[in-house]
Amino acid sequence: MMIKRKKIEEKIFKVLMVLATMTIAFALMLIIYSILYKGLPSLSWEMISQTPKGGFYFGKEGGILNAIIGSLYLSIGATFLAFIVGLPVALYINVHLVKRKKIVNAIRFFLDLLWGVPSIVYGAFGFSLMIYMGIRTSLLAGIITVAFLIIPIMIRAMDEVFKEVPRGLMEAAFSLGSTKSETAYKIFFRQCVPGVITAILLSLGRGIGDAASVMFTTGYTDHIPTSLTQPTATLPLSIFFQLSSPIPEVQNRAYASALVLTIIILIISLSARMISGKYQKNKINF
Amino acid sequence: MSIKPGRNIRNRFHNIWMLICILLIVLMPVILAFGLYFKASLLLSDNSVFSLLFSKDWQPSKQNFGFYSFILSSLWITILSLAICAPVCLLSAIYLTQYARSNVLKLMHPVIDILAGIPSVIYGVWGIIVIVPLIANHIAPLFDVETSGYTIIAGAIVLAIMIIPFVLNILIEVFNTIPEQLTEASLSLGASKWETIKFVLFRKAFPGIISAFGLGLSRAFGETIAVLMVVGNVVKVPKGIFQPGYPLPALIANNYGEMMSIPMYDSALMMAALILFVVVLLFNFASRFAITRFELRI
Repeated sequence: MMIKRKKIEEKIFKVLMVLATMTIAFALMLIIYSILYKGLPSLSWEMISQTPKGGFYFGKEGGILNAIIGSLYLSIGATFLAFIVGLPVALYINVHLVKRKKIVNAIRFFLDLLWGVPSIVYGAFGFSLMIYMGIRTSLLAGIITVAFLIIPIMIRAMDEVFKEVPRGLMEAAFSLGSTKSETAYKIFFRQCVPGVITAILLSLGRGIGDAASVMFTTGYTDHIPTSLTQPTATLPLSIFFQLSSPIPEVQNRAYASALVLTIIILIISLSARMISGKYQKNKINF
Repeated sequence: MSIKPGRNIRNRFHNIWMLICILLIVLMPVILAFGLYFKASLLLSDNSVFSLLFSKDWQPSKQNFGFYSFILSSLWITILSLAICAPVCLLSAIYLTQYARSNVLKLMHPVIDILAGIPSVIYGVWGIIVIVPLIANHIAPLFDVETSGYTIIAGAIVLAIMIIPFVLNILIEVFNTIPEQLTEASLSLGASKWETIKFVLFRKAFPGIISAFGLGLSRAFGETIAVLMVVGNVVKVPKGIFQPGYPLPALIANNYGEMMSIPMYDSALMMAALILFVVVLLFNFASRFAITRFELRI
């Protein structure tokens, strides 16, 4: 009797487990399906190739090119900035501090903490700092805020890659007379280029999608920015604003914009997967 | 010795730049905390922390800033979302690490990755398309409630889906750190697979599981746009899951930029950001600390 009951318990839980896993897969399909279903009918070439014309927010002509370009500028700029700061930190942890396990663990712990800080906190802090220094909302302010948001993500992602570089490779470089920075940039970095690219793409995706941090720092405009000091439209905010409109046409366009953003994110995450898949094949194994 | 003359200089330059970057990263949260505290100090000098946190009065024009209803909304939404997400993640993590065949894993990996990569605004749009009408037309009538659908439960469901990939990834990592000898020993003593999971794996992983939930909780607490879009944003102490709420991040996002004329209002919103920052950091700290300890012990 006892054994039978245990068997039944296991069966029930196994069914529940499969159901839970299927729920997760189903949730993703549902999200993509509903965005496609709502967004596809209003998606047109005009939408992604024009900036908003007069009366765009009342359902008249125009598109969201300003937001697409703005988001790309913003996230590429922020990723670049984060890379300049992040790469040296990730290399330093793995080359210079390789023998100081305690310090390295403390820094990793610290980065994990930073990763959790909500983006709205960065946004609010960035905004009040801008007011304090008398800077208006601009592309540059947005780039800096988003860069701070994605730096911990980028460092941790690169760190995971550098961690896997075999110790022997570093010792070989040192024994041949390389300085520490040469070992870092010429050996570690080159050995891990595909992994680093994956880390960059991961941060890029995060940068494009974040809305709360750019809400007050980047502003919003109907034009494509021509300099770093101009306010810039971003896709998440463009979706958010269009969706708060009571006019159905504008709301439909919000769904189409959401579709555009989803496609961009999917492209980024799929290429990141492909590159990291390739990386596994080319890695030197000792 | 034929060392190129620039090499040492370059090495030193790189070392200095690396150190500057590290210092910047380490100092960042300190600067954040001080900046927020500095801004919030205007409000704190007039009111006690206790009265700010537990007063229900929110009338910025009359200088009344009580955060109670916002804090309570945030708590409702976060805890509810964790309650939805936790069993799903736990069951799925056990399945994926213990039972699933490799082709299921190959399928689920990209699913989790893509879910994690979807921007929060998309989750918000999805919430408006699917969850809000679902609640207004199907779920709320079951409980004899009439609502527009923009409710705390809508925010919690959207949030739950958002933090699933995050919590699931940590849980999978936790289960994978449990050494195989432990489970094998249990199996060799005649325990069934399920008994091994229940009495060995689950018990051993328990601290890790709690930490994973803690991290999910802190992630949910700070989430802004997706929640803001579906939760209704009415300043009121919520009394049930079918009522609209107004969580702290939404408070900041909705009012920032408009309150610059009133310094006290500005200070109050920074206070809200400070509360978020401190709560999230504390939760993160406790959970990460527990996870590190857990991994060391194993």
